[in-house]
Amino acid sequence: MRLALIQIAYLLATALFVFALHWMNDPRTARRGVISGVVAMFMAVAGTMIEPGIIHWGWIALALVLGFAAGVPLSRVPLTAVPQRTALSHAFGGLAAGLVGTAEYYLWLQQSVEKLTAFRTAAIIAEIILGYLTFTGSLMAAGKLQEIRWIPQRPVTYPLQNASNLSLLGIAIVCGIALIFHPVALAFLFPVIIALALAFGILFVIPIGGADMPTVISLLNSYAGLSAVAMGFVLDNKLLVTAGALDGSSGLILSIIMCRAMNRSFTNVLFGAFGQVQAKASSAEGKTVKSETPEGAAQMMEQSSLVVVIPGYGMAVAQAQHRVRELYDQLTKRGVDVRFAIHPVAGRMPGHMNVLLAEAEIPYDKLVEMDDINHDMPQADVALVIGANDVVNPAARHDPSSPIFGMPIIDADKARLCYAIKRTMNPGFAGIENELYYAAQTFMLFGDAKAIVGDLVKSLSAHGNTH
Amino acid sequence: MRTYILSSGLAAWVAAAPAAALAQDPSTAPEPGADFIQTLFVFMLATFIGMGVISRVSRLLHTPLMSLTNAISAIAVVGSIVITGLDHPSYITLLGAIALFASMTNLVSGFLITDRMLKMFKPRRGGK
Repeated sequence: MRLALIQIAYLLATALFVFALHWMNDPRTARRGVISGVVAMFMAVAGTMIEPGIIHWGWIALALVLGFAAGVPLSRVPLTAVPQRTALSHAFGGLAAGLVGTAEYYLWLQQSVEKLTAFRTAAIIAEIILGYLTFTGSLMAAGKLQEIRWIPQRPVTYPLQNASNLSLLGIAIVCGIALIFHPVALAFLFPVIIALALAFGILFVIPIGGADMPTVISLLNSYAGLSAVAMGFVLDNKLLVTAGALDGSSGLILSIIMCRAMNRSFTNVLFGAFGQVQAKASSAEGKTVKSETPEGAAQMMEQSSLVVVIPGYGMAVAQAQHRVRELYDQLTKRGVDVRFAIHPVAGRMPGHMNVLLAEAEIPYDKLVEMDDINHDMPQADVALVIGANDVVNPAARHDPSSPIFGMPIIDADKARLCYAIKRTMNPGFAGIENELYYAAQTFMLFGDAKAIVGDLVKSLSAHGNTH
Repeated sequence: MRTYILSSGLAAWVAAAPAAALAQDPSTAPEPGADFIQTLFVFMLATFIGMGVISRVSRLLHTPLMSLTNAISAIAVVGSIVITGLDHPSYITLLGAIALFASMTNLVSGFLITDRMLKMFKPRRGGK
């Protein structure tokens, strides 16, 4: 009876998880999704608590209280830090899966060897490899995003990198297969697999740079989900399998979207160490850029009917989103239509720009996806590029020799006028010259994004007062 | 849309029900691996449902989506509670407790931050 009750609780929890994700299809119903998820989780935990034979209530309570205490501050981080929080959370998910797999293996090894069937051992191996590599890989990603000093930001490459990484993983898998056939005699291989998985996690994230973080985070999201699935196979728990599969497929879909938005394949992101390759001399020699003052740009924007703002990671770094909101207010007050063009890979994780602009209270119906805004770009009077670079580089459309050739971009060059806010003329992350800056209709606004947008707002409001 | 969700949910249910029944009945001695195949069915169907539902999620909400799925994959609490709670040698209990701490952290921070972000998504206010 009690077991049936547990299963029913798990069943309802599964249904609620599906609904939780379903409601995320619209911002109006999305918060319902969170409630549904919380109810599901509550049922799952309550169902597990009535499992017969649980005696260590003290340990459970302690871990739950400490987890709660650590979780609350982690949910209050500034929104610019959401990518590293997410990476950290994948690390915790991987760690939990790895530890549970380790515990189960040694438990069965000592108490009931007959339970280590080939299937179950295979599931444990999958769980610990996925779990531990997600743990260290996500910690590295979080470290890079948080810009911790001893973790290199730039991609680190060395000869035979991919070959050596893959052979590490290969050795781990071979050890795993051996262990499936001799789960008791070869027990010494178990810690070896753990060590290899931990090392592989670090080594596979080291060569990946900032602009590829959205893909890597999504991929690690997928791995974290799949390690929960493996845990479900080990414990023969279908709720773990369904919930983990939902997480895994979510991560997978997001990674595919990110890869498509960069016109790169998975293998290229994972093994292609972007950023160091382009030693190609800049083709910009002899070309000149024109700069403009914030006052002049403000005047032009004021007289426009459609202004399209194209934000990028630079806006997040400069924490300029609240100034951008003031600019939006000033222009909207004057009857200018202001829209935001969001490239799928702008920022450091999927949807990063949307969250930052929503935080600044910009209505979400003004945040337009790349494909939709590109239809309107020829009608735009001004395109204002704030801290974005590669995602507006027209070379992606027509220069087959460019490393980003084929990547879908926002057509900032099709607007009548283009203003680009940039600190210096240093090329962006990928080290590629951006010909947009040399185009006839482009004017540069040199300086910190926050300060420049602030100046734009100031001259708009000063102008407004003289009327 | 709704029918799609309901029917695919039903399909997973139909697959899960015999497995659950099998797990409860000690008199049936299933051949080794039978459970795994059942679970594999559940996994496959859940993945398809996941793909279908996720691909409809608004692009606006991809960041909250990721933090929500973080929270959902904190379902590892279920496995961790079992490992921690049952009468096992103490080092197993300790491993379980660390895993439980890690997943509880994800659970709490995942749901809280998702809600915090979703609260910020507002449509244009009334008036101009």
